[in-house]
Amino acid sequence: MSSPPSTRGPEGRRYKVLVAKMGLDGHDRGAKVVARALRDAGFEVIYTGLRQTPEQVAMAAVQEDVDVIGVSILNGAHLHLMRRLMRKLEELGADDIPVVLGGTIPVIDIEPLKKMGVREVFLPGTSLAEIIEKVRRLAEEKRSREEGLAKVEG
Amino acid sequence: MKASSVDRLIELALEGKLRALGRLLTLVEHPGPEALEVLSRVAPRAGRAQVIGFTGIPGAGKSTLVSRVITHLRRRGYKVAVLAIDPSSPYSGGSIMGDRLRMQEHAADPGVFIRSIPTRGLKGGLSMAALAMIEVFDALGYDKIIIETVGVGQSEVDVAHAAHTIVVVTMPGAGDDIQMLKAGVMEIGDIYVVNKSDKPEANKTAAYLQFALEKEGIGRGEGWTPRLVKTSAVMGQGIDVLVDAIEEHWRYLKDTGLAARRVASRRVLLTRLMAEARLNAALSEVLEEMRGEVEAALEKDISGAFTLSEVLARRAAERVLKGSRAG
Repeated sequence: MSSPPSTRGPEGRRYKVLVAKMGLDGHDRGAKVVARALRDAGFEVIYTGLRQTPEQVAMAAVQEDVDVIGVSILNGAHLHLMRRLMRKLEELGADDIPVVLGGTIPVIDIEPLKKMGVREVFLPGTSLAEIIEKVRRLAEEKRSREEGLAKVEG
Repeated sequence: MKASSVDRLIELALEGKLRALGRLLTLVEHPGPEALEVLSRVAPRAGRAQVIGFTGIPGAGKSTLVSRVITHLRRRGYKVAVLAIDPSSPYSGGSIMGDRLRMQEHAADPGVFIRSIPTRGLKGGLSMAALAMIEVFDALGYDKIIIETVGVGQSEVDVAHAAHTIVVVTMPGAGDDIQMLKAGVMEIGDIYVVNKSDKPEANKTAAYLQFALEKEGIGRGEGWTPRLVKTSAVMGQGIDVLVDAIEEHWRYLKDTGLAARRVASRRVLLTRLMAEARLNAALSEVLEEMRGEVEAALEKDISGAFTLSEVLARRAAERVLKGSRAG
């Protein structure tokens, strides 16, 4: 068997993911399962806990300097909450951090979410392997962009 | 990343851009030219903040207590930074850092900055990362820097020891009188807290602890008598008393000149850790290149083979001298 894909950037730092729950929504099983799976795949995971405002999530992402933000929403308010999150990230100069969303999202909402800048939407039934791989790719992409940027700026 | 972009990040961070501060912390998290660059630029501004270590057994309520303490420090007008040290999985090397979960009420407050540090996977080790981040926070005007740690293991003890003020947190039913005080960082507290004091047995635990404190040898032996405070973080009780004790200890350290001495020794330690990281990186490289040779030698002649350690050390030293960047 080949070795699992790396969860570290070229400089050796592990990929860092923020796993967050937003809004009035107590269903955290999914978020915890995903957090655990990411940890087991070698990621550094920061879990914010329940009932966060989009502003709190954005600030946590900035303070922790994460590579990917993963949000779980099962209460139907995803369009509203994600719009606020994306706005706050932009305000903080952190809209380069890729955002993914998981939960009970009607298919019809996927398009507007992607237009907002949400990179991936994971519907119920998505395998952990797929989530891990997509998160890993997004982290990898962000890190290589930083490398490139450093070269340009330097 | 060259000097110009580091300068730019520092400039932005000084303007209050939190994103820039988050990036700077990442740059100093691992040893290397970038960490060195950032530290040399920020350190002249640092040296004013009080570094407060919160340590104690898992489940004693440290994170919740720290969150309450932040609220009180904010009311007193201080900017607060928190370094939450969370354990990594020894299996995958990954980690779930959940300490900040208890402090998320402060996430939207621009006067509070919380950063998690995993116990594994940092090239220069946990202590280097934590000490370097302290310098950055200090330089950027954070008045109180709280480090939350379980206080077990050499690195965590080192980090706690580098704090100006050590707060040891225990709780009722966490073992008998001196279970907590047996060894390690528990012995060197400046302030002892019995948290969860709304629970039965809290008075007994406090009395035990008081007895232990009155015996000799507890505390850092700097003329300060360790304080004992009872709190209930969940109920919000005793927090003012605890913050008063933290402030009192800070005044004591400043009046006696110990505050500056603590900063000096913290910086000596950081310098040493950075040097170690440099040597270790070179050693890893050399070992990787010589692995076949070492393995063959060990197979052939076990008694003589360990003398290879001398060769490895010398080669690593040569590599450092040549100035190859091991990162």
